Amino acid sequence: MRLDILSRLNAERAARRAAVVVTDLATHEQRLILAAEVEADPLAEALGAGLRSGKSGTVQHEGRALFIAVQVPPVRLVVIGAVHVSQALAPMAKLAGLDVTIVDPRTAFATPERFPDVTLLPEWPDAALARIGLDRFTAVTALTHDPKIDDPGLDAALRAECFYIGALGSRKTHAARVSRLLAAGHAEADIARIHAPIGLDIGAVSPAEIAVSVLGQVVGALRRKPTRAETAGPRP
Amino acid sequence: MMATDDDILAGAEAWRRAGRGVALATVVETWGSAPRPVGSHLVVDGEGNFLGSVSGGCVEGDVVTEAMDVIADGAPRTLDFGVADETAWRVGLSCGGRIKVYVERVD
Repeated sequence: MRLDILSRLNAERAARRAAVVVTDLATHEQRLILAAEVEADPLAEALGAGLRSGKSGTVQHEGRALFIAVQVPPVRLVVIGAVHVSQALAPMAKLAGLDVTIVDPRTAFATPERFPDVTLLPEWPDAALARIGLDRFTAVTALTHDPKIDDPGLDAALRAECFYIGALGSRKTHAARVSRLLAAGHAEADIARIHAPIGLDIGAVSPAEIAVSVLGQVVGALRRKPTRAETAGPRP
Repeated sequence: MMATDDDILAGAEAWRRAGRGVALATVVETWGSAPRPVGSHLVVDGEGNFLGSVSGGCVEGDVVTEAMDVIADGAPRTLDFGVADETAWRVGLSCGGRIKVYVERVD
């Protein structure tokens, strides 16, 4: 691979844009196609399918074996709430390869001492999420228990194509949340996308165990079925 | 440190920019039970340091050796790994799967 191709590929990944590297396995000819260029490419059909599935593979094109290496943006986990569960979830999710961002306007919670080595945004979720932009490679978890902070985050996540949305709280807490989101104009079917109570049912008790159950559910949403964007197409 | 896909590709670029010889190995095909999916990367430098993986650790040693040859002569090559007894002369995959790995130099 030429260094300039690798360098442009890394720049696209850093900017959270998808790209594809096509390699002719016989001639070793290689080129980089950015997501925005796919539609006009002779291989548009195969490249588009690759971008949608996120899967790399070999295709036959005019008698040549071409390897299509699909590079989709790193999966991102946005955690609303710099709380105890988040302190366990952040390093676990990072180990699992997720790009973690913690959002909490309470500066006593959102400190670098409590959250080393992750992106920490000590601001309100509506402002923070609008700035970083949510996409279909993003999961959002609301963990503060405080509607003032959780709701703006859930509101933004429901308006985006996030592949996973989860919210901490009991069934009773969630019923109250559903009423507030309905009143805010969200459709019942959309609200049903929220995993609540959050996490896999493994009887988790401690903050770290709850983090395991949340991370397991996020990985399940990512790997077990296509993202909502793939099955439902663009949202109206 | 644990390497994610991003670290691996960024690592390849950083190593090359630091003047090290670098090869990129990519799983291009799998059959049956394979430990790492198509598209997985292993980055190797001229001294045999590596980041990432193309299997569960079964064939990395062999890929690293081949990658050092690729760094030396610049010619990309495709390596096939099958179950251990089919390819007794080289390491195999005990899981019974087969993988094809493309190795190229970063120039």
